[in-house]
Amino acid sequence: MKYKESDGIVIGLEVHVQLNKLNSKLFCGCSPRYHDAEPNTHTCPVCLGLPGALPVLNEDAIVNIIKVALALNCKIEKQTLFYRKNYYYPDLPKGFQISQYDYPIAIGGKIKVNGMGGERHIRIKRVHMEEDPARLVHKGPIESSRYSLIDYNRSGMALIEVVTEPDLRSPKEAREFLNALRNILEYLDVFDDSLDGALRVDANISLAGGARIEVKNISSYKGVEKALLFEIVRQKNLARRGIKITQETRHYDEKRGVTTSLRTKEEEHDYRYFPEPDLVPLGVCNRIDEIRGSLPELPDIRRQRFVQQYEISDYHAKVITSELRLADFFETVASEVDNPLLSATWIADVLKGELNYRGLDITAFPPKHMIQILQMLRSKKITEKSAVQIIRTILDEGGAPPEIVKRKGLLKIEENIIASAVAEVIKENPAAVQDFRNGKNEALHFLMGQVMKKTHGRADPNIVNKLLREKLQCT
Amino acid sequence: MNVSEARKRAEDESTEEVVMSLFDNIEKSELNAFITLAKENALKEARRVDRDGAKGALRGIPIALKDCISTKGIETTCGSKILKGYVPPYDAHVVERLRAEGAIIIGKTNMDEFAMGTSTETSHFGPVKNPYDLSRVAGGSSGGSAAAVAGEGVPIALGSDTGGSVRCPASFCGIVGLKPTYGLVSRYGLIAYANSLEQIGPFACNVEDVALLLDVIAGYDPRDSTSMDKKCEYTKELRDDVSDVKIGVPKEFFGEGIDEGVEKAVWDGIKILEDMGASYTDISLPHTRYSLAAYYIIAMSEASSNLARFDGLRYGLRLEKDEDWHTTFSEIRACGFGEEVKRRVLLGTYALSAGYYGKYYLKALKVRTLVKRDFDAALKDVDVLITPTMPFPAFKIGEKTDDPLALYLADVNTVPINLAGVPSISVPCGFVRDLPIGMQIIGRHFDEGRILRTAYTFEQRSGVSC
Ligand SMILES: [Zn+2]
Repeated sequence: MKYKESDGIVIGLEVHVQLNKLNSKLFCGCSPRYHDAEPNTHTCPVCLGLPGALPVLNEDAIVNIIKVALALNCKIEKQTLFYRKNYYYPDLPKGFQISQYDYPIAIGGKIKVNGMGGERHIRIKRVHMEEDPARLVHKGPIESSRYSLIDYNRSGMALIEVVTEPDLRSPKEAREFLNALRNILEYLDVFDDSLDGALRVDANISLAGGARIEVKNISSYKGVEKALLFEIVRQKNLARRGIKITQETRHYDEKRGVTTSLRTKEEEHDYRYFPEPDLVPLGVCNRIDEIRGSLPELPDIRRQRFVQQYEISDYHAKVITSELRLADFFETVASEVDNPLLSATWIADVLKGELNYRGLDITAFPPKHMIQILQMLRSKKITEKSAVQIIRTILDEGGAPPEIVKRKGLLKIEENIIASAVAEVIKENPAAVQDFRNGKNEALHFLMGQVMKKTHGRADPNIVNKLLREKLQCT
Repeated sequence: MNVSEARKRAEDESTEEVVMSLFDNIEKSELNAFITLAKENALKEARRVDRDGAKGALRGIPIALKDCISTKGIETTCGSKILKGYVPPYDAHVVERLRAEGAIIIGKTNMDEFAMGTSTETSHFGPVKNPYDLSRVAGGSSGGSAAAVAGEGVPIALGSDTGGSVRCPASFCGIVGLKPTYGLVSRYGLIAYANSLEQIGPFACNVEDVALLLDVIAGYDPRDSTSMDKKCEYTKELRDDVSDVKIGVPKEFFGEGIDEGVEKAVWDGIKILEDMGASYTDISLPHTRYSLAAYYIIAMSEASSNLARFDGLRYGLRLEKDEDWHTTFSEIRACGFGEEVKRRVLLGTYALSAGYYGKYYLKALKVRTLVKRDFDAALKDVDVLITPTMPFPAFKIGEKTDDPLALYLADVNTVPINLAGVPSISVPCGFVRDLPIGMQIIGRHFDEGRILRTAYTFEQRSGVSC
C-alpha cells in the first residue's frame, strides 16, 4: 500500500466527456465521426476558426448535457451563458475556447461511489459544456519532435466537463468514481467510450493540507489511478526531504507513467473570461421536465429493481448493472429461464469471469446461448461442469450449445449406466470401500472421483453420491 | 451613378460598358478606395449578364464590398498586413444574398485596419482620400466604400458599422449610409471587430438605393445566432410623407465640440421635415456622455479576443523563418498588426484582465444597459431621433493621427446608437466650407422602414444628394 488514510489525501476531478454520438459538433454541422478519417477532413470555416465564421449551438448537445446533469442529481440553472476562455495555443484556432464560467448548465449534484469504508456520496460542483480543441500530432516523442502537426477533426467537438468537489480520498476512490460516472454515461447513451479521447481527466490532489497540484491530460481510467499514485509518492518523498510543495500544474505522461511540471502558480494563465458575444443566453427551463421524462432507468435504480423483482443478491445486481449491456443480457435471459437466481449466478460469476479472463465484453456471447445452457442445466440434461465447458467452447471456438453438447458428448448419463459404473468401482477398489466403512469419509471422495472418471465427467455428482452411499451401505 | 442610372446605361449600352467604365474611373482615381479589384470576374459576369440576361433585385448592378466581408475566391485583408494573401474559402451571408440577386462584385474597398478607426488612416494600404478634397479623409472605417460611391461612380457598396463606420464616411463623403438594427443583417462572414456592436450596412447615392440594397441583405440567417427574422420590404416603405412622424432632438448630441455650421445645417434639416408635417420635441438621453468610454472598453475587449486567431498558422502573413510556436506567432503579430490595432488589443486585454474586469468591462456593460434604456424611453414618446452624424466635416489627412483620443471623440454621436442596437441612417444635409455633412436619423429597433421614409422625404425636399 502506497498510501493510508492518515496521509490526508484530498482529490478533486475534472472529467471531460466527448459527446461523440451526436450528429454534429458543438457549434457547426461537421460530423463527429472522424476517428478513422484522414486528418483535417471533418472541418468547416466554423471549427477552423476562419475569420467571420460564427458558432451556432447544437441543441442536441444541450439536451444531452441536461440528461447528464439530471442523472448526476444536479440543479439546472435557469439561464446559461457561454464564455470565451482566452489563451494562445496552436491547437486553438480562434485563440480562445468557447466554454462556460458563471452560469454553467448545472451545479450541485452527487454520485454514489463504493469508497473507502463503504458507500460514499461524492459531490458534483458543476457540469458545463465546452468545445474541444484540435489535436496536436508529433512525429516521434514530443521532446525530440522537430515540429507538430495539427488535426482539426477534433476541433469543436462537444465536451461535457464534470467537476467534483474535493471529496475523493484515495486514487482507488477516484477510479471508482470514474467507473460510476462512466456507468451512468453509458446508460444515458451519450458517448462511446471506446473511441480515442472520449474521456479525459484533470485531477487535483493535495496531501495533509499541502498545496494543491493539478495533473492535466490523463486520458484513461487506469491512468487516473496511476497518475494520482505517482503524485502521492512524489509529494511524500518531497515532504520527507523537507521540501515544501508549491501549487503548480503538472502534465501526465501516460507512456512513462510520471507527471512533469507544466507551470507554477505564477505562470498560470489569466483566461480573461467574458461572455461570448456571438451566442445568446440560453434558457432551458421549459425543456427540463420533458428531458427528465426521457431519462432511461439509471444504474442505481436498476440495481434496486433487480434485487426486488428478481430477488437476486445485491452483489450480483451490482455486478450485472455495472454494464448496461450486461444488465440487458441478464433481463433477456431471466425472461426465458424461470430461475433468476440461477441466471444471475451464471452470468455474474461464471460468464463475466470467463469474459474478463479473455478481455471480451458481453457482446461476444449471444443471450440465446445462455438461455439454452441454463435450460439444459435446469432440466438436468447437462452437469455444471459441462455448462462451463460449453461457455468456454463458445468463447474460444464459437458454435452453439446444442451442437457443442452433441459434438463433445456432454449429455448427462442415465442413472442405470451410473449404477453399473458404481458397481464396477466398488468391485475394483475393495481397500477404499473398507476405509469408508471404517469411517474414513475421504474414501468416498476417492470413489466418487473414480466413478466420474469412468463416466467422463458426464454423471450428475449428486446421483453418483446417492448411488455410492446406497451400495456401500447395503453390501 | 445611382442604380437607375446604371440600369439605364446597361440597357442603352451594355452591362459590360457600365462595369468597364467603373474600372476606368477606379484605375484613374487618386482616392485609394480599393484594396483588391475583381476586374476579370466582374467583366466576365457582366458579359454573361449581357448574353444571358439576369435575374434578381440587383441584376447587373456593380457593387463594392468593404474588405472585412468574406468573399470566396477574392482576397480579404481587413486592411491589415496580417491578412495579406488570405483568400476566404466561403462567402459571407450578405455576399451569398448579393450573388443570388445578380449583383456584380467589382472589388474590395479600403478600410481602417480591422475597422479600427474613424478616418481610414490606419489601413495598411494607406488612407482613402475625400472625393471633395483630396487633402482630407473620407471618414472611416468604411472610407473606401463611401469614396467609391461618392467619387468613382460605384452605384452601391457595403460597409460595416461598429461605432459609426458606415455613417461617418457617408457623412464625410456626402452620401447615404445606414446602420441596421443589431440582428437585422447576418454577420456570418463579417470579420469581427466588436461582435456585439457591429452590423453590415449599405451605402448609396440616394435613400431608394440604400433601401433596395437593404432589401437584399436583411433577413434571418441560422448561421448567426444573433440574427433575427424581422425583415420588411423597405423599398415599399418609401413615400414622401412624414406627417405622422414625431421627431425627438436629443440635446446631448448638440453639445461641446460640434461645429456651428454642422449644427445649423441639421436644424435646417429638422425645419424641412417640420414643414412637411412632422412634429418635433427636445428630449434628453442623459447617459450619452458615458457612451464613448463604455463603447471603447466593450469594443476593445471584444477585439482583443477576436483578433487572437491571427497567428499566421493557418492563413495570412508568414515570416521568412519559423522559430518555436510562441516566438513565431508573437513576431507575426508584431509585424502584421499596425499601431492602432496593437493599442486596442492591449487596452482590451487589460480591461478583461483579472482584477480589472469588474472595474472596466462589467461597468461598461452596465452603462450600455443604461444607454439602451435611454433610447427605449425616448423612442416611446417620439418615432425618430435626429442629430448631426459627425460633429464636424472631414478633417485633414494626418490632422488627428498623433492624438488617438481626439479621433475617438469624433465618434461621440455615432457610438451610442451601436450601444443601444437601434438603426440609424446618415443623409446628406448640406455643406460646411464646401464639405458635405450628414444628418443622422435614428429609429426604434427594426423600424428601418420609418427612418428610411423620413430620410427619403427629407432627400426629396432638401435637394441635397450626390
Ligand atoms: Zn465544422
